Amino acid sequence: MSNQVPIHEGLFTWPSAKPQLLGSRCVNCAETAFPAQPDCRNCGSRETTIVELGDQGILWSWTIQTFMPKAPYKSDETAETFQPYGVGYVEMPGGVRVESRLLPNKPEDLQIGMPMKLDIIPFRTDGTDGSGDQIMTFRFSSFKEA
Amino acid sequence: MDVAIIGIGLHRFGRSPDLSGMQQGASAVRNALADAGLSWKDMQFAYGGSQDAGNADALVNELGLTGLQFTNIWNGCATGGSSLHAAYSAIKSGEYDVGVVVGFDKHPRGAFNPKPADWGIDEWYGETGMMLTTQFFALKTQRYMHDHGITEESLIRVSEKAFTNGSLTPTAWRQQALSYDEIANSAMISDPLRKYMFCSPAEGGAALIICNADKAHLYSSKPLYLKTAAVRTRHYGSFEVFAPSQAMNVADASTVTASKAAFEQAGIGPEDIDVMQLQDTDSGTEIIHMAENGFCEHGEQEKLLREGATGINGSMPINTDGGCLANGEPVGASGLRQVYEICVQLRGEGGARQVPNNPKVGYTHVYGAPGLSGVNIITK
Repeated sequence: MSNQVPIHEGLFTWPSAKPQLLGSRCVNCAETAFPAQPDCRNCGSRETTIVELGDQGILWSWTIQTFMPKAPYKSDETAETFQPYGVGYVEMPGGVRVESRLLPNKPEDLQIGMPMKLDIIPFRTDGTDGSGDQIMTFRFSSFKEA
Repeated sequence: MDVAIIGIGLHRFGRSPDLSGMQQGASAVRNALADAGLSWKDMQFAYGGSQDAGNADALVNELGLTGLQFTNIWNGCATGGSSLHAAYSAIKSGEYDVGVVVGFDKHPRGAFNPKPADWGIDEWYGETGMMLTTQFFALKTQRYMHDHGITEESLIRVSEKAFTNGSLTPTAWRQQALSYDEIANSAMISDPLRKYMFCSPAEGGAALIICNADKAHLYSSKPLYLKTAAVRTRHYGSFEVFAPSQAMNVADASTVTASKAAFEQAGIGPEDIDVMQLQDTDSGTEIIHMAENGFCEHGEQEKLLREGATGINGSMPINTDGGCLANGEPVGASGLRQVYEICVQLRGEGGARQVPNNPKVGYTHVYGAPGLSGVNIITK
């Protein structure tokens, strides 16, 4: 079985039974950034710590990508197999709005203010014969609150 | 020193398959020089820029190796605004009396595809399909419509006005007016923005001859005055393009801070502006920029657009040449095209698209990635 490898180190906890998005929080002003960064965009402090941002949030804005992007887009899709995908900002309990691909890709299924949950999903497979590593990324999908 | 604009030149926007981007820039400079009645050897300095069509200072190969100071500027969509600001400062400081600002470009067809590394972002962001300016403008418009009660009707009206104005502008790329229904039924590109609500990357060139105002009458019988040129970048918390995350508290956009600085420097307010150019990469963004530049309250656009306030005969004419929507966006040239059009209007040379009642004060605004704005105020 192929390995599941995050598309970039430090974006989310992996492997994990309950993955969380990871960001950084400034020790000085407490502002939060995603992805984590060593310095603070707000106050310029160089003291930040890695924090978990959570695995659920609220949709703040959304759109749908209807055409296949040119490079640097890098998926396994072709012009024929491309499926539109949602893109949006999700407000996280960790105190930052994170831009993400969204699972619903129809306007009628997306609404500002709806609850969203984090999924870690296979995005593409490296290697031409499909035997390489599965490259994992994050995505948010809508769900009904219990 | 005060700063005058004594010559304006354009190379037609759209597609010029037989000309390089640089040749289109040279064409714009020649037109501006002819308009001012000057020659290239009279130019003491130049600022210029393009994104995809080469180094502006290579224009000397076409225009003449005169030894002038020539500085290349690149600042995203605000390249033209930043070049003009540099020229403004060069005159203001007293170092030079007369020079040229030029912008040109020639982009491949289709959406821009910037590289994440150029913007300080890791590759995953582009690889997973979030490095698109079209998405940002859609996301900002979507949220703005939600917060301020703007409907799709307003998005359609902005495009309708743009293509009507383009049909009256001989130098515009898109010269065919589109009906409300044609726009409303065009393909959805990035919800809520449709095909005819987005501008396209294009080609073209624009140039301005800038001069010490004390000497303007030596060269021109119809000088205009560049009262101020202000460029500002984003603050922490403003909602900007190419941002993997946004802070919870939304701060004023760079447009707001550039606009306020420009009005303060010029000593006038939005109510004094007779004709304006606001960056319209898409129709939603023009609506947002109306309020961010101080010309109305957030949400008031719906009523203003329904009343036709932003049309050529309206109370606040916006993008009288059709703006980016009808002219396309050659990045290096676009901001200077805006100034060119304001100068045409203030001179009263707008022909079929001339704003009535002798406009005296004009305003231009560009917005560029990753969050910078340039504002100019021009007077008779």
